[in-house]
Amino acid sequence: MAMERELLKNAFSKPCTVIYPFEKLEPPEGLRGKHEYDPEKCIGCGLCARICPSFSITLKGGPGPKCTGLLVDLGKCLFCGQCEEICPRDAIWLTTEYELAVINKEDGILDFERTPPPPKTTPKKVE
Amino acid sequence: MSEREFVIPVGPQHPALKEPESFLFTVDGEVVVDVEARIGYNHRGIEKAMESRNYIQNLYITERVCGICSNAHQTAYTGSVEEAGGIEIPERAKYIRVFVQELERLHSHLLWVGVAAHEIGFDTMFYLVWRDRELVMDLLEEISGNRVNYAMPTVGGVRRDLNKDNFMRYHKILDTVAERTNYYIKVASTEKTILERAVGVGYLGKEDMIRLSGCGPNARSSGVPCDIRKLSPYLIYDEIPFEHIYVDNGDVLGQVLVRVLETLEAVKICKWVLDNIPEGEIAVKFNPMQRLPEGEAAYLVEAQRGELIHYTISDGKNMPYRHKIRAPTMANIPSLIERLKGGYIADIPITLAGIDPCFSCTDRMVFYDEGKDKTWSWTEGELSKYRKEWYSK
Repeated sequence: MAMERELLKNAFSKPCTVIYPFEKLEPPEGLRGKHEYDPEKCIGCGLCARICPSFSITLKGGPGPKCTGLLVDLGKCLFCGQCEEICPRDAIWLTTEYELAVINKEDGILDFERTPPPPKTTPKKVE
Repeated sequence: MSEREFVIPVGPQHPALKEPESFLFTVDGEVVVDVEARIGYNHRGIEKAMESRNYIQNLYITERVCGICSNAHQTAYTGSVEEAGGIEIPERAKYIRVFVQELERLHSHLLWVGVAAHEIGFDTMFYLVWRDRELVMDLLEEISGNRVNYAMPTVGGVRRDLNKDNFMRYHKILDTVAERTNYYIKVASTEKTILERAVGVGYLGKEDMIRLSGCGPNARSSGVPCDIRKLSPYLIYDEIPFEHIYVDNGDVLGQVLVRVLETLEAVKICKWVLDNIPEGEIAVKFNPMQRLPEGEAAYLVEAQRGELIHYTISDGKNMPYRHKIRAPTMANIPSLIERLKGGYIADIPITLAGIDPCFSCTDRMVFYDEGKDKTWSWTEGELSKYRKEWYSK
């Protein structure tokens, strides 16, 4: 008999859930969601691919100046944010975007493009 | 087995169980006479996987041993690695670890109260408790960036800092949780629906509990004071004023009481941490490629379900040579079987749920000879002898 007041109160109050696709909760600031990438900052060191605990990041074209971008498999990713933490140039980070469901498995792979810098030409010494 | 008795298999897939495990109940009419538990349907090879990843990558594997005790596993893992490697963590990191650990205990115990109410058919309370648990979940999401696997501790400290501007709001949320918990204590001790299903169900006395070496709230509900936070304090638990909760009921009502009272204590600890947290660094630098010196260490943590042990051996590389995890459900299974004996079939779900079982933490490999129907374990010498014989064939 201890719950009658609670039951009456809840019978006349609004539901505490939200009707999801029409009404969305604002995610908190630090939420770990979908990846974002800045090709300008990336130096192709490949630390993110080496530290990833679930091996979800692949370097396209090999490490260093040859690197032409990243492939991030969201199906494998466990959203720990270690890639963001280890990146020396802050070129990869996690945003608060959380709606990541896809129909095809391939659509869940993020393809980040990067144009590798032109090879450095050492100026010839003029005698 | 007499003519009157017969065997009911429950599981591996069964509506009464949330995870795949098998129990064979020998019943005489409505009374359970004997129970045989079979574990091992959830074995994932985590300890082996850890041997081929470095100490930072292993953080996120240990976290996924169990969904609900994720922070307890990480605290124990980082503790054992830091002890083996001789790493001192900053004072502020210890406070943040305790804060997240106690928030996790809050949400886990509230979850259990909801599940227990559901198992006895009291779904109104189940929904109400889970609604209030959302307060804690949202708080954890805000602090750590995730609702379930928080990824807060790291080797050498914690990964995110607490913002002082939000402390007033955290206090208010914790006050609401405490107020609601007090209400549920009132409901649990007066509501007829609960009392008739909980008093005297799954009874186990103190002597039997010590003999069967249970741990956690399961043992504390039988009057065994066994809280690791009091018996062998880790992090800053020796400085925090909180009570050692244990009751003498020994039945399901005792388990409910231990958990709701511990929820109140957890609120107290969280508030104390917010008031006393020192300023400073949150982590010392630890390079993922860093090699740890040779050594070994064990670390004990009071997880929500009981005593959790992580034991790591380092052989001087940047990944562990061996990492052993002893999860609390493993230690609670013998006492669970004793609790089930002599009860009614209808009480099986609530008694099973009573120890808050988590089978994905528990599953281990043992030798099992199907023909002879026996199990055994080997020493290292016997194993190497066997290996030599096997390969010399």
